[in-house]
Amino acid sequence: MLEVTGLSAWYGQARALHEVDVRVDEGEVVSLAGRNGAGKTTLVRCLIGLHQQASGTVRLHGRDITGLPAHSRARAGMGWVQDDRGIYASLTVEENLLLPPTVSDRAWTLARVYETFPVLAERRKAPGSTLSGGEQQMLAIARVLRTGARLLLMDEPSEGLAPVIVSRIAAIIRDIKATGAGVLLIEQNVKFAATVADRHYLLSQGRIVETLDNDEFRRREGDLLKYLGI
Amino acid sequence: MTQSVIIEAPADGADVPVTASHPRVRWILLAAGLVAALALPWFLYPPVAMDIVALALFAIALDILLGYTGLLSFGHAAFWGSSAYVSGLIATHYGVPFPVAVVGGAVFAMILALPIGYVSVRRSGIYFAMVTLAFAQMVYFVGYQWSDLTGGENGLQGVPRSFFGLELVETDSFYFYYAALPILLFGMWAAWRIVHSPFGRVLVSIRDNTPRARALGYDVDKYKALAFVLSAGLTGLAGGVFAISHRFVALTELHWTTSGDVVLMTVLGGIGTLWGGIVGAFLNVTLADYLASSGFGGIDLITGSVFVLVVLLFRRGVWGTVRHQWNVRRLRRAAARRAAPSYSSPDRSSRHPASGEGTGR
Repeated sequence: MLEVTGLSAWYGQARALHEVDVRVDEGEVVSLAGRNGAGKTTLVRCLIGLHQQASGTVRLHGRDITGLPAHSRARAGMGWVQDDRGIYASLTVEENLLLPPTVSDRAWTLARVYETFPVLAERRKAPGSTLSGGEQQMLAIARVLRTGARLLLMDEPSEGLAPVIVSRIAAIIRDIKATGAGVLLIEQNVKFAATVADRHYLLSQGRIVETLDNDEFRRREGDLLKYLGI
Repeated sequence: MTQSVIIEAPADGADVPVTASHPRVRWILLAAGLVAALALPWFLYPPVAMDIVALALFAIALDILLGYTGLLSFGHAAFWGSSAYVSGLIATHYGVPFPVAVVGGAVFAMILALPIGYVSVRRSGIYFAMVTLAFAQMVYFVGYQWSDLTGGENGLQGVPRSFFGLELVETDSFYFYYAALPILLFGMWAAWRIVHSPFGRVLVSIRDNTPRARALGYDVDKYKALAFVLSAGLTGLAGGVFAISHRFVALTELHWTTSGDVVLMTVLGGIGTLWGGIVGAFLNVTLADYLASSGFGGIDLITGSVFVLVVLLFRRGVWGTVRHQWNVRRLRRAAARRAAPSYSSPDRSSRHPASGEGTGR
């Protein structure tokens, strides 16, 4: 579904990514782990089209979207759950959910969103600024599902959340996977990644240094924790 | 404890809530506004009343860009003035009823706004302001030089006020006010519709977080350009009525100080409040009118000082401050109601009964 080949990116003269290859299939959750500064966020920004200084090809559903601007990529089915959640403080929960355009017939209806995220149904009239961190994260995920995106790029969805909310988000990611959508999970939280992802990429200094399946990932969890410095 | 948490919450980012505050209050305000609009020429010299309503629509139209899209246009005199000229020319040369001339002026303003908006929205912040100012200066220059058409420095004089042969409207400013008011009220209603439509929500999302809006799938530049054109069209309606009301178009209408004045009125009333523009226009016009009739020379000195004071003391503008105080009071009352039965558990969880989760982010 998502095929990235030879992706390199720069910030001025500084090279942030070196010939990165990433692949996410339908109904697959793939994690991307790496230390701070390894290039995780740069990779995401390249994929959604917000970072321009890049080379290589990005294909979504067999379609070459390399040259497309961010808004066209979104229309092609690329959904971004950003690490700061990007909730619109001045809009209510429901207005946030009504905001995104529908990009495919897989778009979730409002009723389905409220069924899956009862918290949002309860707070539908609340302004975005009054949500807790967990509620914001739910809303950020729900908002992307509303578009019908086929590929979700989730940047640190477990960051700063209470364990009970993290496990709720893991369950939601598994639900999304079951619908056949692909998920690329940017995660420093190794334990969380191991509970939801099928495959893992290790990113270091702008390069993919290892690709692991989940069994191996679990076996080396201790190593990886040390390696990621957490 | 509980109270302070809830009261602080909206101050974070929701300075400018798009949602309705309270349906009943809204109807009362709407009725009060309509009554005020109808009563205005009984208390003020009718042409002054007309100026207030026209400038109010001008400020409201600017607020679509400034308050809801986050773009400070410093060139709106181009649309106000060009519509004034075109409305005046149509009325002079074709003798059509004045609403037709005004609509013609507004359409011209939108056509003019297409290329200007297309180019300007590629930049934001100070650069957007400067590009719009530069375009407006070009329009001013054309108006100044093309004196065969515009009358140059003398302005366009003797604009007729034709209205289906109704002599009272054509000659008496008092009756003209009521004939022109529906056009301006329509403009205000249109602005309200724009801001509260799904399109308006996209504009707010662009203002608050542009990359996010882009990644959600919105062609941000296209939306900004459309907002620019719509704002110019409403500005044109106001400028056209202003010209017909005065029966005269001065070159001042194209001057950059006119662009500045409307920004001032919008800020005075409150950015992102829409109706603040009415308050801003009212204060500006009545203050200038009062000072002028009292024979005081330094009008700008006083209006400038008022502006500085308002910006320093009420950052949200007059209307914005009133609305904010109202919202705070309402939330405080709601919090008190909610807190009363559950005083046994004085922790923050009462705020989020569903999640039972900590501070998060």
